[in-house]
Amino acid sequence: MIALLIRDLKLGTRAGGGFGLGLSFFLIVVVLVPFGVGPEMGQLSAIAPGILWVGALLACLLSLDRIFALDWEDGSLDLLATSPLPMEGVASVKALAHWLTTGLPLVLAAPVLGVLLNLPQAGIWPLIWSLGLGTPALSVIGTFGAALTVGLKRGGLLLSLLVLPLYVPTLIFGAEVARRGAMGMEIATPLLMLAGITCGTIALLPFASAAVLRVNLR
Amino acid sequence: MASIWEYANPKKFIETTDRLLPWLSVTALLCLVVGLVWGFFFTPDDYKQGSTVKIIYLHVPAALMAINAWMMMLVASLIWIVRRHHVSALAARAAAPVGAMMTVIALATGAIWGQPMWGTWWAWDPRLTSFLILFLFYLGYMALWSAIENDDTAADLTSVLCIVGSVFAVLSRYAVNFWNQGLHQGASLSLDKEENVADVFYHPLLVSIAGFVLLFVALVFLRTQTEIRARRMRALIARERLQ
Repeated sequence: MIALLIRDLKLGTRAGGGFGLGLSFFLIVVVLVPFGVGPEMGQLSAIAPGILWVGALLACLLSLDRIFALDWEDGSLDLLATSPLPMEGVASVKALAHWLTTGLPLVLAAPVLGVLLNLPQAGIWPLIWSLGLGTPALSVIGTFGAALTVGLKRGGLLLSLLVLPLYVPTLIFGAEVARRGAMGMEIATPLLMLAGITCGTIALLPFASAAVLRVNLR
Repeated sequence: MASIWEYANPKKFIETTDRLLPWLSVTALLCLVVGLVWGFFFTPDDYKQGSTVKIIYLHVPAALMAINAWMMMLVASLIWIVRRHHVSALAARAAAPVGAMMTVIALATGAIWGQPMWGTWWAWDPRLTSFLILFLFYLGYMALWSAIENDDTAADLTSVLCIVGSVFAVLSRYAVNFWNQGLHQGASLSLDKEENVADVFYHPLLVSIAGFVLLFVALVFLRTQTEIRARRMRALIARERLQ
């Protein structure tokens, strides 16, 4: 498992692995928003938490089809399927690797980009908390979507269609934490709900992903 | 004793549904006509909402069926996963477009109703939002079915998607509740009689709901038959080619 994780991390961070692509996309979304809604600082700071969350979500979505596609093409997914490691483990490790290469950089970059959007000082820690707790759920759900569409020729668009509705609860609670934090309100309730969603998806979805992978490898 | 699993045999299924379909369709039509005509022309106007209230006879049954269609797909998917009956998978596939259409009807009539009542076509109200999300689930489900060439793979994948989607749909429902308080009124129908709409509106509504349920069942039977026959055709063509 650890070997697989290290391999995935190496593949993800090397040139052509798409590392930084999600991050750049996040940056571009955040830069484009003021052009769209105007540079007025008050308005920007009001929508900053939501924009940062939607941006992070889209950046996450962008890199999802890479989770299994390359392994599927060169046959290493078949090797993994025949290895002693259970499919559930493969799915979990893949999700973890995706989070480490995509989710974690987003969490770290979000406060910096928050400055661009005039995010209030008080909102920075809630934002980091909510993204830190929420992005693992995005990775795990995304892994399930990627596993569903792995055998398809042009699965990218379908993947977005399948995964986006599944992202709704995470986005709602995550953005709510960030918004409440920015307004200086109490954040415990949505934060706990978000943590619950993340724990639930981490615990249950790898089984669904593994089942789907087995079907696709049949 | 005859078991329900006998109908997993496509031949038996087609025979039985062939016998049932005319009855179902006629009763559905009858219920719909009676329910809608009764509702539209023979009930008093609401004292606050005027005659706009009468869109309830389309809105509530469609919304009800939109959710129940998904439930039916969930059950059919579970049966497919557990017992591998092809008819079950095909029934789930057949129900999806009907359910999606019901969702559209519910959303559209809701918008038409909302415009004069709330002064807006659309509000980000929990119920409205969850229906929109449900519609997205239907879209994804149908897209996945049509994207995969191998029938069994498609049935397996969509079944898992349906189960996972159900969990997330329920989750979204409560999340959305948390996110925004709504304009939409509470349940129009419940087992608790106190909360129901007044009897004058209630009886035609029940007839109309019965019509929608029968219509849904008839459409699903018909579409499942079509799917079975289409699959048979493909098998025949494949056999021809081999010879």
